[in-house]
Amino acid sequence: MRKLSVFLLFYMCTCALYSQDDLMDLLDQDSVPEINYATATFKSTRIMNGHSVERMPAGQLDFRISHRFGLLSSGPYEFFGLDQSNVHFGLNYGITDWLMIGIGRGTYEKTFDGFAKFTCLRQSSGARVMPVSVSILSSVALKSVKWSDPERENYFSSRLSYVGQVLIARKISQGLSLQITPSYVHRNLVPTELDPNDLFAVGAGGRIKLTRRISFNAEYYYLANPKARMSQQIYDPLSLGFDIETGGHVFQLIFTNSLAMIEKGFIGETTGNWLKGDIHFGFNISRVFTLKE
Amino acid sequence: MKRIVLFTIAVLLALPSGAQKYMTRNGYIGFYSHTALEDIKGDNNQVASVLDIATGGIVFQVLVKSFHFDKALMEEHFNENYMESEKFPKSTFNGKITNLSEVDFSKNGTYDVTVEGDLTIHGVTNKVTTKGTLEVRSDGISAASRFSLVPEDYKIEIPGLVRNNIAKSMEITVTMKYEPMSGK
Repeated sequence: MRKLSVFLLFYMCTCALYSQDDLMDLLDQDSVPEINYATATFKSTRIMNGHSVERMPAGQLDFRISHRFGLLSSGPYEFFGLDQSNVHFGLNYGITDWLMIGIGRGTYEKTFDGFAKFTCLRQSSGARVMPVSVSILSSVALKSVKWSDPERENYFSSRLSYVGQVLIARKISQGLSLQITPSYVHRNLVPTELDPNDLFAVGAGGRIKLTRRISFNAEYYYLANPKARMSQQIYDPLSLGFDIETGGHVFQLIFTNSLAMIEKGFIGETTGNWLKGDIHFGFNISRVFTLKE
Repeated sequence: MKRIVLFTIAVLLALPSGAQKYMTRNGYIGFYSHTALEDIKGDNNQVASVLDIATGGIVFQVLVKSFHFDKALMEEHFNENYMESEKFPKSTFNGKITNLSEVDFSKNGTYDVTVEGDLTIHGVTNKVTTKGTLEVRSDGISAASRFSLVPEDYKIEIPGLVRNNIAKSMEITVTMKYEPMSGK
């Protein structure tokens, strides 16, 4: 009898203890684990010059205006390069959440370009674990600058070059993202017999967030072809800069030894040497418009 | 002695009769910010909540990443810049209906209630009191409320540059459809 009443008292006590926190626990129990995708690995679809793993979501149009000024080493007469300016305009559009296309036109060799970038893997944790995000970029460039030798028989195809890249990125923490970019460039026509038509390069880039809206970015491409055998001295492109985000805009301030703003140009045709001060100051402005909600 | 035992048994029998707790995992919470420049609307249809009609206890749990926006960029900024949803993945409310005696859960109808409790957003907890309605139906209970929140109260910083695009106070809409929890 006594045992029973002790048990009952105990039972009542536990009932009374059943409080608010237990309601919260009820919610935590049997909650379905979700797939948690890493978002905003990079603020923009470019790390600096080169593409990042990011793409525009469906229905979003990104209008990009990029500038590279002349060389800092050109001195005060040229206002450290600011008297000269190279422009690239780009329109990038997200067809779906995993496919983005873009067109552009740049001062450098009066080049038109087009690309498609699709995302095949998305970094995630939770119910499905995927350590990296992977995108594939394919681009074509058409240089429309007048033929250097109009007397020669020139073909339209000689104006074209192609780039393929695999973009592999990981958002390591909220503040740090890294990317590795194996790249292949094919030029239909090269200046001399010394220059290879095919180039192989590996890019490495990353960003460190300094505040919630500003990050420090760096990007480097290692050109694997023996540079000594080319007709002119080629350097690996190195770019350092900042992303500054303000609502619908992303400003990218850049210091780079490369004048071109498309892959074919900065991977294979960078002639500036950082050590000699051959550095171009420049910026990218990205403005996003929502075309389809 | 015998009397105590009988009383206890009676209490025990009374407790499990009828559902005490009501639950939902797909409740709705939305917020709306209106300014002359821009309207911002976020919707979340995956809100989990439990209502205990015996004590008046009511809790909500919201996964911040489950708020969806018309513009993808807004969603990214919401998570990355304002709510910091990696750092603070959940928002919660833990409170009580203060005028529980005015609600007759045995009779269908709509009742005005006042809810008071701790609201935690962006890692900051504030005491809030708000009014809402409970609709008792034979198959469950619906709850609705509308109130305002000031982001600054939850240390959600809004930079000067976009200050005019984001309202000083957000209008929050809550709509829940609870179902009785079995065996609880």
